[in-house]
Amino acid sequence: MTAEPQERNFSINFGPQHPAAHGVLRLVLELDGEIVTRLDPHIGLLHRGTEKLIEHKTYMQAMPYFDRLDYVAPMNQEHGFVLAAEKLLGLTVPPRGQYIRVLYDEIGRLLNHLLNVTTQAMDVGALTPPLWGFEEREKLMVFYERASGSRMHANYVRVGGVHQDLPQALLDDIWAFCEHFPSVLDDIETLLTENRIFKQRNVDIGIISRADALAWGMSGVMLRSTGVAWDLRRAQPYACYSDLEFQIPIGKNGDCYDRYLMRMAEMRQSTEIMKQCLKKMPKGEVNSTDGKVVPPKRGDMKRSMEALIHHFKLYTEGFHVPAGEVYAAVEAPKGEFGVYLVSDGGNKPYRCKIRAPSFVHLEALDFMCRGHMLADVSAVLGSIDIVFGEVDR
Amino acid sequence: MTETVQAISELVASKLASALTEPPHIAYGELNLIVSRGEIARVLTILRDDAELQFSILIDLAGVDYPKRAERFDVVYHLLSITKNVRIRVKLAVGENQPAASVATIFPTANWFEREAFDMYGILFSDHPDLRRILTDYGFSGYPLRKDFPLTGYVEVRYDDEQKRVVYEPVKLVQEFRDFDFLSPWEGAQHILLPGDEKAKVSAPDAAKK
Repeated sequence: MTAEPQERNFSINFGPQHPAAHGVLRLVLELDGEIVTRLDPHIGLLHRGTEKLIEHKTYMQAMPYFDRLDYVAPMNQEHGFVLAAEKLLGLTVPPRGQYIRVLYDEIGRLLNHLLNVTTQAMDVGALTPPLWGFEEREKLMVFYERASGSRMHANYVRVGGVHQDLPQALLDDIWAFCEHFPSVLDDIETLLTENRIFKQRNVDIGIISRADALAWGMSGVMLRSTGVAWDLRRAQPYACYSDLEFQIPIGKNGDCYDRYLMRMAEMRQSTEIMKQCLKKMPKGEVNSTDGKVVPPKRGDMKRSMEALIHHFKLYTEGFHVPAGEVYAAVEAPKGEFGVYLVSDGGNKPYRCKIRAPSFVHLEALDFMCRGHMLADVSAVLGSIDIVFGEVDR
Repeated sequence: MTETVQAISELVASKLASALTEPPHIAYGELNLIVSRGEIARVLTILRDDAELQFSILIDLAGVDYPKRAERFDVVYHLLSITKNVRIRVKLAVGENQPAASVATIFPTANWFEREAFDMYGILFSDHPDLRRILTDYGFSGYPLRKDFPLTGYVEVRYDDEQKRVVYEPVKLVQEFRDFDFLSPWEGAQHILLPGDEKAKVSAPDAAKK
């Protein structure tokens, strides 16, 4: 009898249009039977040249591009950019502005985790969690709309503060949402946490160690799932996070299931942070009083010549940012979102490098999937939480 | 926070003195190092492995283009030490055909960052395991983030129904891209002389004589 041929290597193409690819991702997989031996992500299919465009826009015009990076949690990105610009300008934001930013950062975190947890469940075969999760996302998007006029691409955060103050009725409604939301999380947990299929697909899949996570530059949930309690909100607090009390969930095994549990726990913490923000929300201005950066109020423009001139200048020329370079980072739901801003003293950024957590995490996908089964690729892809707006920029 | 940065700055200055082209400086509360081109791998290894520094995460790697300089690109590395809770920025200057040493063996995450810098600026990295383009289209030519690359690019794509495929054509704009120069003629602009400006130069006693 002749020996059967042992060579069973072949390569397959995953995407660019695939429901489990979370966007336009093309993976070239090399398989040995059903085991992944190499995985080469081809990215850039959604590349829009954000960094190039920002170099040609004033600081205020650059704002909307940040909504379009990680489009499931838009305001967190805006926050990262304004922190960088404010650092260069030496601008401080009044407390109410900071609380509003943090409130919406946490809404962004809920938006992101709701999408991620439930679509991860969908990647491994469940259909109900996305339906339940999207119902809540819809409510959160209405809060975005009521603050900024837009459900997703808010363009609400401004250098020096936020675009405008929030009405009390909106704050009351967010409070009512926070009261109700943990029960929805309980419901989703009953579907997933002890679900046999969900656990079979996620426990001990995509394990990373602490050393690997550091070497691959991971941050956020990915890093914390290996047991490293590193959260920029606690370690390098920005805005008003140092006044708020919250806990940082960390994982133990560094697998997909830990990351799911942590995201659920983070959502509960975010709800608590939102409640604290609403309780502590001070009265007063939402914007810095620096008239050379923050545009005047509409009412002032009707009466004051200077206000009118400043409005015109700020919306055409924009403000000038002192020359220098800074790096500012926020704890976006996906990890560390950083902006490296170089200014030459003009009204446009000279260089704006966007450090997107998804880009870094997707790079590690090859490392995480090697030796796993083909079906695990989509489970790992779901748990590393990527969005292509941000990977491709 | 600032004391830690100061302390780290002194440590780095003593440990890496030979590799730095100028002493470390702190601006906006951030620590900056400028290293010479050949030393980057050694510097990053020391920053990562030294027990007193432990910059174990390469957060970001970015290119910056300064076309007027002889060595026109800056390669900027951002590192983070989660044990010391400090960030550091390491920069080096490279020219168009001078490769920087790849640090992908020191930080695996540098692999894609270096590919991106190569893709966007054409910065070369020697000994990189896989220096392909990453974000731009298959078959793309040019380096889009260079300052001399036009914002509108050179080619545009459309689906040709007759050929049944996507075709590349030179960019045709109905209206030329308008990049307004809003820089104020009142402040800061030295090159524009408005009528009457010359009077400001005349000193007071001269004016009195006339």
